[in-house]
Amino acid sequence: MSMLERPEGRTLAHRRLLVAAALIAACGTSLAQERPRFGQPATAEEILPWDITAEPDGDGLPAGSGTVRQGAAVYAAQCRSCHGENGTGGPAARLAGVQGTIGAKTARVRTIGTFWPYATTVFNYVFTAMPFQNTKSLTHDETYAVTAYLLYLNGIIGQDEVMDAVTLPKVKMPNRDYFVMHVTE
Amino acid sequence: MQNGNDAHAALELAAGNGLLHRRALLAGGAGIAAALTGYVLREPAQAAPLGVEPWMREPTGIGLEPYGAPSRYESAVVRGGHNETAGNPSPGTGSVRTPLHLLNGTITPNGLHHVRLHSGVPDIDPDRHRLLIHGLVERPLVYTLDALGKYPMESHLYFLECTGNSIELYAKEPLKAGVERLHGQISCAEWTGVRVATLLEEAGVKAEARWILAEGADAAGLARSIPLTKIADDALIALYQNGERLRPSNGYPMRLLLPGYQGTANIKYLRRLKLIKTPAQTRDETARYAIPGPDGITTEFYLQFDAKSVITQPAPELALRGPGLYKISGLAWSGRGRGIIKKVEISADAGRSWAEAMITSPVMPKALVRFEMLWRWGGQPVVLQSRATDETGYTQWTRDQMLAARGPAGNYMTNCIISWAVNEKGELSNVYA
Repeated sequence: MSMLERPEGRTLAHRRLLVAAALIAACGTSLAQERPRFGQPATAEEILPWDITAEPDGDGLPAGSGTVRQGAAVYAAQCRSCHGENGTGGPAARLAGVQGTIGAKTARVRTIGTFWPYATTVFNYVFTAMPFQNTKSLTHDETYAVTAYLLYLNGIIGQDEVMDAVTLPKVKMPNRDYFVMHVTE
Repeated sequence: MQNGNDAHAALELAAGNGLLHRRALLAGGAGIAAALTGYVLREPAQAAPLGVEPWMREPTGIGLEPYGAPSRYESAVVRGGHNETAGNPSPGTGSVRTPLHLLNGTITPNGLHHVRLHSGVPDIDPDRHRLLIHGLVERPLVYTLDALGKYPMESHLYFLECTGNSIELYAKEPLKAGVERLHGQISCAEWTGVRVATLLEEAGVKAEARWILAEGADAAGLARSIPLTKIADDALIALYQNGERLRPSNGYPMRLLLPGYQGTANIKYLRRLKLIKTPAQTRDETARYAIPGPDGITTEFYLQFDAKSVITQPAPELALRGPGLYKISGLAWSGRGRGIIKKVEISADAGRSWAEAMITSPVMPKALVRFEMLWRWGGQPVVLQSRATDETGYTQWTRDQMLAARGPAGNYMTNCIISWAVNEKGELSNVYA
């Protein structure tokens, strides 16, 4: 029940977590019952509509699916006015094109194809933050579809592919190997 | 740096082009103050003779307001960028910046705190706002604002800097702009709130959790993955800013406060904390706010600001009024290590010689620090710079060093030495030196 139980602390990060856990435990051991506990239990049904983040391994991706063709229709209705024809125009951020300029060295234009390292991020961002004036309004199917269309526009998937919770995490983005993680210790 | 036994310390030079030893600030006293020249923001009125002014006779004055406002004579002290909405293709995005050249001390008044918006300022009803903690926890929990108010709270002065502050220094040619436009996305406030660790203990973190996904209730649902070590160290759910509820543009009714971390990670309108094994790889930690390198590699989760400083007076907005004695003033900060500033040095000869400035504010971890120095300007063109060193021994790097390390796509987390050129007329400009 302690905050951060671990079998073995192997790294500095682990040790810091253990120290933090020990501190919290030490503060509370004798007064455990008297500590404030004002959080209300949240049920799975309550959490579901808020839990809209898909992780790169596909964890969190909802049911549903969409094709490139369906995505083109969603794009025309919901996205084109700001992002232009084929994701290469309009006043908002460019979404496609400039292939061949992969990575931080040459990708001066940050399109999905040149700079986004994970395909699941496209689903996440479209579902959560788009369309700009009415976010979180697309269905899961529509979001899979427009994700498929954007990946197709960037030359990453073929026009007959279907995106869903199984296929999307398997898409390897062109820029994937140009991203590394740094964690400040 | 020079003869410490000089009885005339007040006039002792400490570095090239007229920088005076910091003792001058202490020893000079009234004589120095009388000799100081002010900066020109607006032409001052003619000095009036000693007289009996109307306000010395009328007890009613201007009365009291329910919520006090600055003097009407301070109407120019406003944020920059508030009127830059015309032609914005994405209304609700953009920024306003702190007018650093018009402020002193280290605390940013709440109405002047910088803001970077990704999707407008949500009009959140505090009674309907909820904070959910879920994912790899024993007990998923939901909190109201009222519930959070019952927990023990902590108050800390912390700086908050936009990830993109000073980003124009990556531009090939120096932008003709002032300290507010270039560097005004840094502010400092007293943040009061509940430790995230307190709530995590209540929810019970599962052993495999390593990261926490924080998400806002704004339309963009801005979300970032944060290492659990940082959360355990010092992360706060901030409910109060300088003693009052957060301002809507700064995250009302609650925000994540990650001391020393890039501003974008300090999620405003915090509605959800999800314990996860690996980062969620959100758009704003991959396609944005990751740090490009010279070899084409982009580094994610470079979250902690290294030491930085900026001279706020004089600045391009504040010209010198001819040769004379001036007071240089500025701000320094660091998110590195414990985030404690050890010294600030100033150069008036583009970095050839440096002299240590006087720290004139409390030195608090991961908070802004104020520094000052006296300077006798002879009327010649000079380049003013400042550089901060923190207790880890880290000293601000030069722009050339930063560009070499970050490469041609360099972006974000700009903490190189900042240079102001002074010309013969006493006008300042942003330069690369």
